[in-house]
This record gives sequence, C-alpha cells and structure tokens, in this order.
Amino acid sequence: MTPEKRSAYWKANLWLLTILLIIWFVVSYGLGILLVEPLNNFSLGGYPLGFWFAQQGSIYTFLVLIFVYAWQMNRLDKKFDVDET
Amino acid sequence: MTALDFWTYGVVGATFLLYIGIAIWARASTTGEFYVAGKGVHPVANGMATAADWMSAASFISMAGLIAFNGYGASVFLMGWTGGYVLLALLLAPYLRKFGKFTVPEFIGDRYYSQAARIVAVICLILASITYVIGQMKGIGVAFSRFLETSYEMGLYIGMGIVFIYAVLGGMKGITYTQIAQYCVLILAYTIPAIFISLALTGIPIPQIGLGGNYAPGGGEISLLAKLDQVVTELGFKQYTTQVMGSTLNMFAYTLSLMIGTAGLPHVIIRFFTVPKVKDARYSAGWALVFIALLYTTAPAVGAMARLNFTDTLMVQQTETTEQGLAAFEPQPYDELPSWFKNWEKTGLLAWQDLNDDGLVQYYNDTNEATVAEAEALGFKGSEVFHRSGDSLNPGPDRDIMVLANPEIAQLPNWVIALVVAGGLAAALSTAAGLLLAISSAISHDLLKGVFAKGISEKNELMAGRIAMAGAIVVAGFLGLNPPGFAAGTVAIAFGLAASSIFPALMMGIFYKKMNNVGAVAGMLAGITVTLFYVFQHKGIFFIPGTAFLAPELGMGPDWFFGISPNAFGAVGAIVNFIVAFVVAKLTAPPPEHIQHLVEDVRVPRGSGEATSH
Repeated sequence: MTPEKRSAYWKANLWLLTILLIIWFVVSYGLGILLVEPLNNFSLGGYPLGFWFAQQGSIYTFLVLIFVYAWQMNRLDKKFDVDET
Repeated sequence: MTALDFWTYGVVGATFLLYIGIAIWARASTTGEFYVAGKGVHPVANGMATAADWMSAASFISMAGLIAFNGYGASVFLMGWTGGYVLLALLLAPYLRKFGKFTVPEFIGDRYYSQAARIVAVICLILASITYVIGQMKGIGVAFSRFLETSYEMGLYIGMGIVFIYAVLGGMKGITYTQIAQYCVLILAYTIPAIFISLALTGIPIPQIGLGGNYAPGGGEISLLAKLDQVVTELGFKQYTTQVMGSTLNMFAYTLSLMIGTAGLPHVIIRFFTVPKVKDARYSAGWALVFIALLYTTAPAVGAMARLNFTDTLMVQQTETTEQGLAAFEPQPYDELPSWFKNWEKTGLLAWQDLNDDGLVQYYNDTNEATVAEAEALGFKGSEVFHRSGDSLNPGPDRDIMVLANPEIAQLPNWVIALVVAGGLAAALSTAAGLLLAISSAISHDLLKGVFAKGISEKNELMAGRIAMAGAIVVAGFLGLNPPGFAAGTVAIAFGLAASSIFPALMMGIFYKKMNNVGAVAGMLAGITVTLFYVFQHKGIFFIPGTAFLAPELGMGPDWFFGISPNAFGAVGAIVNFIVAFVVAKLTAPPPEHIQHLVEDVRVPRGSGEATSH
C-alpha cells in the first residue's frame, strides 16, 4: 500500500469521525444540556422536548451513529482495499 | 416462609444454578481462554455479554433511584453511560482489536515502548476497577440484605462470599456464556415490572412512551410528568423535569467524565479483543449499545413512576380539597403502611422516626423554608423518612432501594418482585466478575509475567490471578461498608479515574503518532493525581470515613473548583492529562521510527491476526 493511499484512507476516516462526533456533541451536550431550557418550551407527547433529548433522544442518536460509522467504515475499507480477507 | 420468600428463593436459586452450571461446563483451562475466551464470539453474542458486563448494580439497582430523586439532573448518567460507546466504537475499539493484545496495559506498554508506562497503566486500572467494585458491593449488599431480611452489613459479607466463588471458578469463557444468560435475566427483570407499572399509571405498555403519556388514575387529563412535577413541588421538592445536578457546568463535566470513562474502562475494552475481526469490533460496540439502550431508555420511566408511587403511598393527595401545597396531602398511619416499608426498615436503608408523636408518617422537603412554614402550621416537626448510614440518620430513603422496592410499592405479583431481586444480583455479579478479571489479569499478566517474573509458569500465573481476585474482593468489600456514595455515584468516581488516566493515553496512542513515552506517562500521572486529590479531598483518603481534607479557609470548600462535584472531576483530570502529555511530548524526543510505523499499521484493518501474548 502506497503512503499516499494510506494517508487518503486515514483522511477519509477522520472526516467521517469529525462529522459523527459533531452530531454526538450537538445532540447530547447541546440539545440535552446547554439548550435544554428553551427546548423545554416545546413538547413531544407529554415530554418537555429538552428533557426528552436528555433522557431518550440522545440515546437513540448514539445508536444510529455507531451503526452508520460501522457501515461507512466497512465501505471505506473496501474502497481503499484495506479490508480483512 | 411467606409466599414472597418462597418465590424469591426459588427464582434467585434457579438463576444461580444456571450461571454456576454454565461456568463449570465452560471452565477455563488455558491462560488464553481464561482472559479472552477463544475467538469464536459472534458480534451479537459479544454485544449481549458486553451489555451484561457493563450494566452493573449502578445501572440496574442504583440509577433509576437516582433518576427518581434527581429528575432531569440524573440525565448525566443516561447520556454519560451510553454516549461513551460512540467514543469507544469510533476512537478505540477497531484499532485496539487490530493491535491484537490481551490487555490494555499491554497496548500502552508496547505503544509507548516503556515498562514504566505499562506499570502506570496497571496502577490506574487497578484504582479505577477497585473503586468500581466498591460500587457493586454496595448494590450486592442492598440486594442481599433485602432478600435475606438482614442488615446491609450482613448482606454485604454474604455477597462477598458469593462473588468470590463465582469469579474465581470461571475465567472469561465461563463468563462470556454466563453473561449472555445474565443479560437475559436482568433485562426481563428490569422491563417486566416497568411494563406493569406503565400500564397501571398510563395505560400504555411501552414505558418509553408511557413516560410521555397521560396520568390515567387522575382521569387522564394531565401528563404523567406534569403530575409528578406538581406533586413533588407541592411537597417542597424541586420540580422533577427541570432540577439540575449542581449547575449546568457540573452536568456538562459529569456527562463528559462518564463518557470518556466508559471508553477507558479496561473490562469493557477487553471485550473488543475477543471478536474475530476489526469489522466485528465496530459492530460489537453497536450491538452492545442496542442491548444497553433497552435498559437505559426504560430507566427514566422506572425512576419517574417509582417516585410518583413512593410519594403517593406515604402522602396521599386529597382529591376533594381546596387546600394548596402540603395541606392538600394526608400523611398515612405507620401501622397501616404496606409491608414493603417495614421489610426495608430491617435493612436500615429506610427508617421512620415519629418526630411529632402522632403515629403518622410525614414526608416532605424540610429544607425548603416555605414548606417548613406550612408544615409547622400543620403540626409537623420535620420529614420523618430516613435511611441509616452507620449510626447517623440521613433524610429520605436510600436511593439504591428504589428499583428493588418499586414492584412491591406498585403491588405487583410476587414472582415479579422475586425476578427483580434475581436481576439485580445478575447485574452486580456479572460486572463484579468482569472487573475482578481485569484486576487479576493486570496483576498476574501485566505486572508479574510482563515485568517482575517473566519466567512464570502458566499454572502459577493463573494462581496469582486468582489470589489477586480474592484480595480485590476483600478490599472492595470492606470499603463497601462505608461507600463514598450511592452505588451509581461511587461507580461514577471509578469512571472519572479511568477518564483521567487510561482514555487519553489510548486515544493519543492511536491518533497522535508523535506522542512519546515520557509524554504519555506524565499525562497519565498528572491526570489521575489531580482527580484523586479532588476526590479524596471530598470523600476521604481511599474513601476511609473521617479523612476528607477540604479546606474552606483556603477557598477549597465543597465543589470548590467552579462548582464541579468530585464525581464529575474526571473530565477535568482528562483535560489535564491531554495538556500535560502534549506539552511534555513537544519538549522531549519523538518516538522511534518503528513505533510510528506501528501506529500507521494499527490504523489499517488488513492483516489483523489473532490476539497474541508476549
């Protein structure tokens, strides 16, 4: 594997990580903690919205993030031909 | 023997036979199997076992109780203990699997080409794991004391014995299969009562939706959360859906500490060494979180509904009254309270003291001035519900009893109550066993075989591991007699220690090629030292009562660092670790060429072999 290809693979990986971690941060620390008060003015069923993000929504988001990561990385491994045989 | 005793002994006994049977059937024979259970563990099975390993007494027994009494503030546990899996899956698991070693200190020792780094990692790991086991011991003590109707202390001693037999018998292989069984027991035990209670209170069988539903007993005109907010504020407590834990900054730090601690705890990371491929390591973390999320999204409903039922049993709200606040509630006579109250009194974790000699149980917030004024007008002399700790009485029930008491409070059938006890024990035992294994491998594999006695035979290595386990149980058990907090709080401290030491070293080891041995060691030492200092200052040196050394005269009162609580301080420790490591690495020689190649190699999945030992 050439050093150029290796570094392109790593860059693509870091790019994916950055996007997913931004979502991770915004949903939990942003919507669940920092913005909880304004969000509580809205409601989702009987849940105040900010409270819902802190106790339910953030957890569902984390799940989606991990599976998206695993799926995208496996595609990336194939594309750069670094997957396990 | 009552019908409930009969059920409890039956269900707990049956589940124990199942675990022990599996442990004997799959008894570890070689060192490799003792630590990582061979290779053929499927990601879904591994995820389920990881979930059982992960969800401890803190998650099962303690967390919903803390949610019940801290409301929104306890979201730090929910987000912290799940969000960490994102970090684990994205930043560590696949790379550590590619690296292919048995233990976390082994990775740190090799990556930082330094025995010193390995020894420092072992010490940090042992400190974090022992603290974690103390939290489990608290949970085990609570469960056994209720189940055997004895004091908390006695329950704890019996629990120590059971954990010892359990953990020493099987290695990881036994544990992987027993943990799958334990996951099934604990998730059923958690969700079944939640479904019953959600149905009773909202008519909705799914607790996650029921918590957002309407309060059915009141005619269904008001949402359950609004009802709860109203009841607790009238009794003088903080509003459930908005009360914060400390401050917003403290909640931020607390969540961060738990998240990065999750990704730094050795007994969870070690799970990702056992899957066949890098690809599987990525999915394993996802599957683990699926199984964890089942409990974690149910817990908020359990907490809120337990709080409502608990309060409602003691202080009955009058429907036909024009009174407001405390006067709208009627305290119940002690003699007519349901049996759960008296059963829990035997453990000392719940207590009643008739301050105004009227035979009634008053329960309200007697630190809220407005409520105290109302109470005095009604002839109350203080809230009368307590829990004992040592010789002192503390206000309110012990939070760790809420999950176990919940089905009794809600008057569910005996078999459900018995199942919850079995589930709580499954959660506590599986995690304690996983942690004890991490401690024993750190001592026998990393310290003895890796550093001090390289020629040690496999047999002696196994023996040393078992002795280390026994020692850890005794230490954790005795410290568990006076735990530094409720189970989940104690466990949070363990996460802080892992967050401030192990996680930064692992992450920089993978993502920062130029991080060197001196930087990593300095970072770990600095991170864990500031965290330990702050924790010991608040909770006592090694949590021994009476040795706390807060110094308000020097500006070091409780939570003196920007209002951050000791349980949340791991986040600060981790930042210190990153900064110190970075600065020191810049000032010293970069790592040798072959280490930089090693890092490049770890970043690419192809070529991952079996996990190997030195």
